[in-house]
Amino acid sequence: MAQQGPTSPVPVPAAQDAKQPAPKPVREGIDLIVNEKRYRHTGDPAMPLLWYLRDTLRLTGAKYGCDQGECGFCTVIVDGKAVASCQTKMEKMAGKRVTTVEGLAGKDGALHPVQQAWIDEDAVMCGFCQPGQIMAAVDLLSRQKNPSDADIDKIGNLCRCGSYGRIRKAIKRAAVAMKDAKA
Amino acid sequence: MSGEVRLSRRRFLKYAAGAAGALVIGIGTAEAADRPVPLALLGDSWKQLGPYLRVAADGRVFIGVRDPDNGEGTATSLARIIAEEMDADWNQVVVEPLGLGLEAGNGEPKFTYGRQRSGDATSIPAAWADLRQAGALARWLLLQAAARRLGVPADQIRGEAGMAIAADGRKVSYADLATTAAGIDAPSSAPPLKQPERYRLVGQPAGDVDARAVVTGTLAYAFDDTIGEPLVVVLARCPYPGGTLDQADRKAASEVKGVRAVIDITPESGQAAGTAVQSPALAVLADDTWAALSGRAALKATWKPGPNTEPPASTLEQQALDLFGNDEATPSIVRNDGDVAAARKKAARSLEATYFQPWVAHATAETPSCIVRLDPDTSITVIAATQSPRDVYAVVQRMTGFKPEQIDIRVPRGGGGFGRRLQADYVAEALAVALAKKPDEIRNRSLKLLWTRADDLAHDYYRPLAVHSLNASIDRKKNIVGWHQRMASPSALVGRNTPDNRLWQSEVVPDALPAGLVPNYRSDWYPLSSQLARGDWRGSPHVTPTFASESFVDEIAHALKLNPLDFRLSLLGEPRQLPYGARGGPIDTARMANVLKLAADKLDWSRWLRSENGLGIACAYVFGAYVAHAIEVAPRQDGIDIVRVVCAADVGRVINPLGLEAQLQGATMDALSTALNLAITVKDGKVQQTGLRDYALSPTQPMPNAVETVIVPSTASPAGASVIGVPSAAPALANAVFRATAVRVRRLPLLRELARLR
Repeated sequence: MAQQGPTSPVPVPAAQDAKQPAPKPVREGIDLIVNEKRYRHTGDPAMPLLWYLRDTLRLTGAKYGCDQGECGFCTVIVDGKAVASCQTKMEKMAGKRVTTVEGLAGKDGALHPVQQAWIDEDAVMCGFCQPGQIMAAVDLLSRQKNPSDADIDKIGNLCRCGSYGRIRKAIKRAAVAMKDAKA
Repeated sequence: MSGEVRLSRRRFLKYAAGAAGALVIGIGTAEAADRPVPLALLGDSWKQLGPYLRVAADGRVFIGVRDPDNGEGTATSLARIIAEEMDADWNQVVVEPLGLGLEAGNGEPKFTYGRQRSGDATSIPAAWADLRQAGALARWLLLQAAARRLGVPADQIRGEAGMAIAADGRKVSYADLATTAAGIDAPSSAPPLKQPERYRLVGQPAGDVDARAVVTGTLAYAFDDTIGEPLVVVLARCPYPGGTLDQADRKAASEVKGVRAVIDITPESGQAAGTAVQSPALAVLADDTWAALSGRAALKATWKPGPNTEPPASTLEQQALDLFGNDEATPSIVRNDGDVAAARKKAARSLEATYFQPWVAHATAETPSCIVRLDPDTSITVIAATQSPRDVYAVVQRMTGFKPEQIDIRVPRGGGGFGRRLQADYVAEALAVALAKKPDEIRNRSLKLLWTRADDLAHDYYRPLAVHSLNASIDRKKNIVGWHQRMASPSALVGRNTPDNRLWQSEVVPDALPAGLVPNYRSDWYPLSSQLARGDWRGSPHVTPTFASESFVDEIAHALKLNPLDFRLSLLGEPRQLPYGARGGPIDTARMANVLKLAADKLDWSRWLRSENGLGIACAYVFGAYVAHAIEVAPRQDGIDIVRVVCAADVGRVINPLGLEAQLQGATMDALSTALNLAITVKDGKVQQTGLRDYALSPTQPMPNAVETVIVPSTASPAGASVIGVPSAAPALANAVFRATAVRVRRLPLLRELARLR
């Protein structure tokens, strides 16, 4: 049984509670969409997207790894493109559409083909880098329907456990599954 | 309704009816029996119970896993061992990690789940010894219950995938039998274990039990967990071992929005390494991570070195060479067979080589973190990824003074261990902050400590730098008749209540090959002095000595113009058992020769002499497992390319071949990437590496695209898997590089040294 991560996003505008004092005027903020829900960030504009996702929205799928954009553990998709969320400041996020690993599966719980391929190839070792790997793979497959080994190497996300061989296989398996789904 | 079955004088199985018609089984100790768990709790609070299983009335089988899983696949393998023995339906199995098994008796802690340590590949051998019996009792009880239900003798009923099946074909599910089973009288002795021919799960591939939670981002690592609304804590630590704070702008930090407090943290003196705060520090407590990090940056803390400046590696290496050349120096004599001096005098030929290996870091994917909720009068809860929950308990107990029943240690899956999480320094830090005086408004907030990557690289418990000097005496028939190895390193056991004459134990293994194969054999260890913290690193103490010895065996083979595979096989000699003092022995030379041959065959070793690419081979006996690497390296203008890597292993009975393959591949990649590129270096008294840009774990060229594995089928007792693929990988690489480039690399990291020598 999986341990459930703390994920209780608070969409804005927040529901008004009649018992509460009159709501404060709506503050200026940065509006963005995360996993199809609208949010407004009113804190430090310099806050990296990673910490906004993890601390404010409690979406902890994206992991912290290095602060340098080197490891890829924090990879999410912004407007269709993979980014290192630790290197992406909230001030750049106005009007952006973010997908995190929590937003990949269908509403019915059906896994994304990349997630399913990861399970089928048993690519998970410690698992910590894998949400980032999966988002990077989703990004690659959105651009490259038939990725070569060289394309996969270019992703450059680190796996400290060294599961690279199986990650490579999983990406190729997902590519086939996504083509079959379209056919 | 309950019963127990004695396994030994102190250990026994216990079972009972749980809530809602469940059958519950655990393994207990004599001490724990003094305080039986109330039956009423069994259904809902099953996590309190032990490495145990619960057959629920809805058909699900809950299996608790006692040993931490930091990516070794322990959760999957331990659960498979139990599920196999009880003939459970694997699709109905739900695996849960267990926290520290702790009960109080007369104020003393009783560790109800045993050792609970994940390191040195110990989990599987221990589980094989006792967890099978929990499964066997479940099966026995369920089949007895089926006998009553079906009106046939129990010995005419078999278990299969969650069903009890009678000889006449009638079936009843375990779920339907759970309640009845809990009321069966205990057998007079432990029920027999299954015959291996009947295994359906053990030996078959199984995916990781946490895979779905991982790929959906819902698995909560300590990093992701939370208790209440924790304050995030980051520390600005002194980068100089033994140094002190110069100055810091506490006011500027406090003024950062969201920062709630800045607290001085001082190391405790007199505590064993890895159990206490390591460096003087300033802790910044804030509402969220970004505020904490911003507050820490605003401190602009500066630090002063202590009275003894940590020297760079070159100084320690020179000290080692001076010790080796000094007849007055008195090493620890790790092993001494025959007379190496006499052998040298008589030798037809003498060879010598010295190998240098740097400090290296663990750089676990998930940096150290710890969540603490402290109620100063009543209780403490700690959530931390650890390889040793009992060591975490010891730190918590010492620092809080709490009784065992007030302490709750929770152990989620960890993002990599590699030995780093055998230390509990980060737990001590979180506790020091929890126990410090704080403003009233935040006094009762839970805390979540975060280490950044820079913190992790600068304050690790590093694998010690090591210098090995080896001398071999060869007779006219090209036999090694004398082997004298001298090693110098700063022992990882310094500061851990270990007597001086035992400090070598973390550094070198007395019975490691070629000990036992060479008549005159001596292994000496010399201490080097360093202030850097150090500890276990994935496979130590096998790792640095094996690089030296397996490189040297190769050098000897080349000097004698012999094929290094044939030379190794002749060195192993006739099949026989060699005594082995450490865990896992004796060494079977035939099993070692077998993995060497398998790895060589897979790489097509017959090409060895003529191939333009270099082929290299090496082997190691690690904690009961036999491992060989065979590697093919292509020379390139600007370096090398690793074309193929084969890893052959004999670990005895394989529990989960898919998991074993992953561990061998991962350990090989780790060992190669470390040997190629990685070093922690000290300059001006502090560690220079600050991030993954200068500690580059990158998998790209010249790393291989794949690691091919050969796994030996075996019915011998299972060994662990998580570290065994490390020791022989780096020497096999260096040996292949020599064939590819004619350059013998005796200093790591390899690529830098190769560039220097070419």
